[in-house]
Amino acid sequence: MSVNWYLLVSAMIFTLGAAGVMVRRNPLVVLLCLELMLNAGNLALIGFSRMWGTGAGEIFAIVVMVIAACEVAIGLGIIVALYRRRLPVDVDELTELHG
Amino acid sequence: MTFLFFFIFAGFALAGAAGVVMLRNPFYCVLSLVVHLISLALLFLLLEAQFVAVAQIVVYAGAVMVLYVFVVAYVGGGDKPDQLWSASPRQKALAIGFASLIFIELAIAILGTALSSLGTEGATLSATYGSPAEIGELLLTDYLLAFELASMLLLVAAIGAVALAGRRGGIAEDESNLSPRHGAVHTPSPAATGSMAEGVSGYGVTTPLPDPQFEGRELQQPARAAAEDDR
Repeated sequence: MSVNWYLLVSAMIFTLGAAGVMVRRNPLVVLLCLELMLNAGNLALIGFSRMWGTGAGEIFAIVVMVIAACEVAIGLGIIVALYRRRLPVDVDELTELHG
Repeated sequence: MTFLFFFIFAGFALAGAAGVVMLRNPFYCVLSLVVHLISLALLFLLLEAQFVAVAQIVVYAGAVMVLYVFVVAYVGGGDKPDQLWSASPRQKALAIGFASLIFIELAIAILGTALSSLGTEGATLSATYGSPAEIGELLLTDYLLAFELASMLLLVAAIGAVALAGRRGGIAEDESNLSPRHGAVHTPSPAATGSMAEGVSGYGVTTPLPDPQFEGRELQQPARAAAEDDR
């Protein structure tokens, strides 16, 4: 299997994730779609790592996983805080930062 | 054989990703993402990155997804079901247009690259490639700074999550009077149902248990008063 194939799958997953972020309205699902995009990046990184035969890409992928975990912790914390304050759990209705 | 496995796993990964985007119920979205993550880990195995594959399953498909399941169970799908396609048709069309633009751009970048080794299987690998030993050595030598910064970031994120979602901070004043499930109406649980407040106040030991035939309102008062004392 040439590395190209993995990159193609990675591009498809990234596209799906980006479309999901733009279309979905539930912030939980938007976070899941962000995960999809990060994972697509991970797949590409591992593919490049395999291409060069060095471990740098894997380290990069592990750091991306750490950042994704942080993003999940903060994002879910915000969603729980929204729910507790009885704000709508819908990204289209949360417009307070509009100014 | 690798070919076959690749297409099976890639198919599952893409199906899982499509499920995340298209399914209406957020809970099914999370389960779909678990399928996606596991097949992605198997793709990592095909790329000889054993350690990252295991970390993907343990950390991502295990720990992070459990966090998601908890929050979905707590928040639910919102008051109304997530209306996927009730986004205005214009927004839908724009989203699909932008997504296909991104895909075309990525495809051009992949196919038009000057990196000729992309079309090959990749370099010949050393015997330790992708093993925990190699990853650990790299993390503690060449990439020590990134490793330490990542641990710092995790600490900050953990503190931030507690500050955001914790009971003590960042919660509106009247929150303590409102139970999230019952809205503004205070609905204490029936007496003698074994609540923590009853246990602390000795309900049922010092006061007689209510007659199951007659659940009088006055019998609910001690538990309620005790619950209020607790705050």
